[in-house]
Amino acid sequence: MLNEIVVIDYGVGNLLSVKRGLEHCGAKAKITSKPEDIINAAKIILPGVGAFKNAMQSLENLGLIKVIKEVANRKIDLLGICLGMQLLLDESDEFGLTKGLGLIPGRVVAIPPKNNEGIINKIPHIGWSKLINPEEKLHWDKGILKKIESGDSSYFIHSYMALTDNKYTVAYCLYGLEKIPAVIQRDHIIGCQFHPEKSGEVGLKILREFCGS
Amino acid sequence: MTNNSLQLGRNLRLIARLDIKGENLIKGIQLEGLRIIGPPNEYALKYYLQGVDELIYMDCVASLYGRNHLSDIISAATKNIFVPITVGGGIRSVDDAFNILRAGADKVAINTAAVSNPKLIENISREFGSQCMVLSVEAKKVSDNKWEVYTNNGREKTGLEVIDWVKKGIDLGAGEILLTSVDKEGTRKGFDTMLVKSVTEQSMVPVIASGGMGLPEDLLEVVNKGGASAIAMADILHYGRSNINEVRNTAKEAGFGVREYFVE
Repeated sequence: MLNEIVVIDYGVGNLLSVKRGLEHCGAKAKITSKPEDIINAAKIILPGVGAFKNAMQSLENLGLIKVIKEVANRKIDLLGICLGMQLLLDESDEFGLTKGLGLIPGRVVAIPPKNNEGIINKIPHIGWSKLINPEEKLHWDKGILKKIESGDSSYFIHSYMALTDNKYTVAYCLYGLEKIPAVIQRDHIIGCQFHPEKSGEVGLKILREFCGS
Repeated sequence: MTNNSLQLGRNLRLIARLDIKGENLIKGIQLEGLRIIGPPNEYALKYYLQGVDELIYMDCVASLYGRNHLSDIISAATKNIFVPITVGGGIRSVDDAFNILRAGADKVAINTAAVSNPKLIENISREFGSQCMVLSVEAKKVSDNKWEVYTNNGREKTGLEVIDWVKKGIDLGAGEILLTSVDKEGTRKGFDTMLVKSVTEQSMVPVIASGGMGLPEDLLEVVNKGGASAIAMADILHYGRSNINEVRNTAKEAGFGVREYFVE
């Protein structure tokens, strides 16, 4: 079906809130794991909570890895949220090295439990952090953050972070002294470490921008 | 600041806690003598619009009957509330957790079922991630620097010491601790800071202090000395003695990081 935003269902997590967020933005949304729905989607959201390895395994079992790669090739907008963002990268350290989707160069590593000065970072990083525009200010004004002010807060909950090249980093946040990529983008492939569907009005603005509504 | 938990880049979370019985938001004193306040989602929406950082829905009688009635309430809440929701009360299995997450919850808080079956903590965190698994601990003071774990909404002793239990829970995969002081709950006399301190010192995961907040200023000690990463508020909000904005301003003036939120 055309003009529908598809939320990929691969077993875990709160998919309903993603759907409700999209609907709140005036989009038509469908939660599905059917390859034909995904192939025909107007835009795609890859949600995710839980562990990297299990998530890749579930996608594999559902035959969705090649489907996602195919839609990525066809230049359909794809937004990965939280673990869904991390899955876009090449690989992750979580519970042993696991290959990711490889749609954005980079790797997923644990947030260090201590910073350089020995101060403890409670892990997971849970809470509202400011979105910060990197010095290069490469993509902010063009992408999903267009309507967002640098400094607006959004909700994060994660123990791992998606490290990629500066040229793909749209925004980061600070946790302790740790600089954590918050939004990454390569062409039409986008990742959000935070949960836009759980970030109040700021998050809804981001979803609205993604929906193009 | 005496505690490092809220330095640069770490924000104090302000959480509204909604205790539910049947279809009603209720409030008790020391988890007893429950009084009806009103429809939970009306209150939840009000707090959302005031800029609350998270919501906790706790089905107070669920563990007595062995089931959780919150699915419909949560599912309705997600239509117009876009902040994280934790649900507790009567979650006894991975399937129960799955169902409540599917209904729109982001995290599950587990107390009674975890005590009787600690393996549940491991199973839930493995299945949905540890960020999803909140260990809910009801603590009652037994002597100086010693607290006992209670279950069934403060009704039953377990013989477990709070600190030992929290450590075990974290080892099994709990990603967060919701720490309720049974002694302080509903009394408006302030948090049990020593309880919170003794737990945060041993905990690598964030701790939510719950029970006793009577005034916005009560948060100062439990964050500064207690090291809480978040505070849960009930009574103080439900009876309108304060609101999220006032609490946020109090935290801000004390120099704590908080979510920037502008009431429109």
